[in-house]
Amino acid sequence: MITTKIPPSLSTNQMRKLYHQMWLIRYFDEKVDEFFARGAIHGTTHLCVGQEATATGACYVLENEDKITSTHRGHGHCIAKGADVNRMMAELFAKETGYCKGKGGSMHIADVDQGNLGANGIVGGGIPIAVGAALTSKMKNLGYVVLCFFGDGAANEGSFHEALNLASIWKLPVVFFCENNQYGMSGPVKEMVNIENIGDRASAYGIPGKVIEGNDLFSVIEATEKAVARARKGNGPTLIEAKTYRWKGHSKSDAKKYRTKEEEQYWRKEKDPIQLLANRIISDNLLAKEELEALQLQAREQIDSAVEFAEKSPAPSLTSLELDVYA
Amino acid sequence: MLTMVQSIADAQRVALELDENVLLLGEDIGKNGGVFRATEGLWEQFGSDRVIDTPLSEAGIVGSSLGLAMGGFKPIVEIQFLSFITPAFEQIVSHVARMRLRSQGVFSNSMVIRAPYGGGIGAPELHSDSTEAYFVHTPGLRVVVPSSPYTAKGLLLGAIECPDPVLFLEPLRLYRSRKEEVPSSYFTCPIDKAKRWREGEDVTLIGWGAMIPILIDASQMLIEQDISAEVIDLQSLSPIDEDTIFDSARKTGRVVIVHEAPRTCGVGAEIAARLSEEVIDSLEAPIKRVAGYDVPYPLFALEHAYLPNVNKVVRAVMELVYFQ
Ligand SMILES: Cc1ncc(C[n+]2csc(CCOP(=O)(O)OP(=O)(O)O)c2C)c(N)n1
Ligand SMILES: [Mg+2]
Repeated sequence: MITTKIPPSLSTNQMRKLYHQMWLIRYFDEKVDEFFARGAIHGTTHLCVGQEATATGACYVLENEDKITSTHRGHGHCIAKGADVNRMMAELFAKETGYCKGKGGSMHIADVDQGNLGANGIVGGGIPIAVGAALTSKMKNLGYVVLCFFGDGAANEGSFHEALNLASIWKLPVVFFCENNQYGMSGPVKEMVNIENIGDRASAYGIPGKVIEGNDLFSVIEATEKAVARARKGNGPTLIEAKTYRWKGHSKSDAKKYRTKEEEQYWRKEKDPIQLLANRIISDNLLAKEELEALQLQAREQIDSAVEFAEKSPAPSLTSLELDVYA
Repeated sequence: MLTMVQSIADAQRVALELDENVLLLGEDIGKNGGVFRATEGLWEQFGSDRVIDTPLSEAGIVGSSLGLAMGGFKPIVEIQFLSFITPAFEQIVSHVARMRLRSQGVFSNSMVIRAPYGGGIGAPELHSDSTEAYFVHTPGLRVVVPSSPYTAKGLLLGAIECPDPVLFLEPLRLYRSRKEEVPSSYFTCPIDKAKRWREGEDVTLIGWGAMIPILIDASQMLIEQDISAEVIDLQSLSPIDEDTIFDSARKTGRVVIVHEAPRTCGVGAEIAARLSEEVIDSLEAPIKRVAGYDVPYPLFALEHAYLPNVNKVVRAVMELVYFQ
């Protein structure tokens, strides 16, 4: 059960929206999983089922003009930052109507209109880009904040360390948001990092660090609100580490030899971010059970129609192969 | 009977057994046996001191392998996909490739960097790229690409034996495409020699890696047109085995070079330049390239359009045969 205080900023209407969004993310990735298995989507894709609260909570705090950088496991980030699930699904199906005109795929969705500077196929690749976006905001006095998503594994790449130092010395309006889902592919964070919390690395860069329960939507919102407010005031970056768990394998073929069934069950049964939120909403009498069910159904229908949209869309034309590479 | 990925695992097993200085380092290579299973069973057999699961730190893995090599170890590094090598680019091009010269041979720097690469499996950009040319352009580094299960084992063991650093590129598309008999014992194939898969008189087809099955199929189709094609598998992209390709070009007078990397400054350009410098008098037609496009690798819907295939190769050959 989530016991965190409900953030005062959160109205009932917004609660509806967030609950719906978490289901939208979950259904999106479950559909992707299904169509992958059926052979309609090829290559590789990384699902964020079980991690819906981080994307939803962190992006809730952001204004429209604020920006994010995302990762290889980025469908949730895109949806939470306002992407159109039809165009996302179409991109995964390699269709012309997709965000990258069907030429990029799962890890190459960017939606600049919504402030999404892009997913990234290179682990850690987005972190310095977020720093540059934040420096732009500062130098041009644009007032926006950048929220940079990355995983626990990415925190061991050099790009992470260079980016945090730069953001710190330049006091940039950026929030580094680490989704620690306990593993970087098969590598347990316990073996790959010699400290308890990645969030503790903040002190090495002279910035605040905060370690939170990533499956508790309200703690995600609370920590992000604080970090974003600090960034907006010009006081510099924050490192947030949200502990969470990916339910599915790393990508399409993963025997998950590196973790136990018990551990998976614990996270699914005890720490399902959507269930935790639903329980709290019901126990606090915020919304009726029927209403939650209706929101869930609505999300499912939206994803079904996204699939329909993708299936009906045309494949990119052969002539598009050489387009969009240069100005 | 082994697939290529099994023969690569087998080569590493043999190397680990024979030489205690051989170490494996990489992401997910231990307990997980590698994302493509190229190190399957080795962690269980040799333990975590010799088959080392590393954090996501390509620069750190490659750089510390150089330090190990300078100390007499023979590290074999796995980079998960060739495109993920870029964080380690500095270590490779600035240090790994130069340590022999810099130390005047004191450090022989024997190490192998293995990386799956290339397209044809429906994977997106950064998971399908062929960036071999970056490394061929780097003096001091050898670049080797196998095209069959047998040569994969022999070339990999040859690379491990070699005192120079070797980038060993494994065509993803061939990992499981066929099986063949591969001796379970130690054997090597020379890592600086091209291999002639087919003898022919009318045209020379030059390629490597995943292009070889396409070239063999193309040569088969050309027989029906009464054109006899010679198929040469470069195997060593650096250094290039000039003798073999020059001899063949002199014999046939026509050359088609095929690679899936983008055309511009691909290894095909270098081969074409050398041929034009040395054997131009023997050529009866221009040198032709069938290559990828100068674009980031497209998603699966356009993959077939991007990649060289049998038809594209045959068409190129026809242009040369009917060149006036
Ligand atoms: C530079 C680089 N190295 C390796 C990979 C292959 N790879 C993709 S995701 C991943 C694990 C990333 O772990 P983490 O940052 O914790 O994110 P998660 O997958 O757990 O969400 C690896 C090794 C890559 N894409 N880029
Ligand atoms: Mg992780």
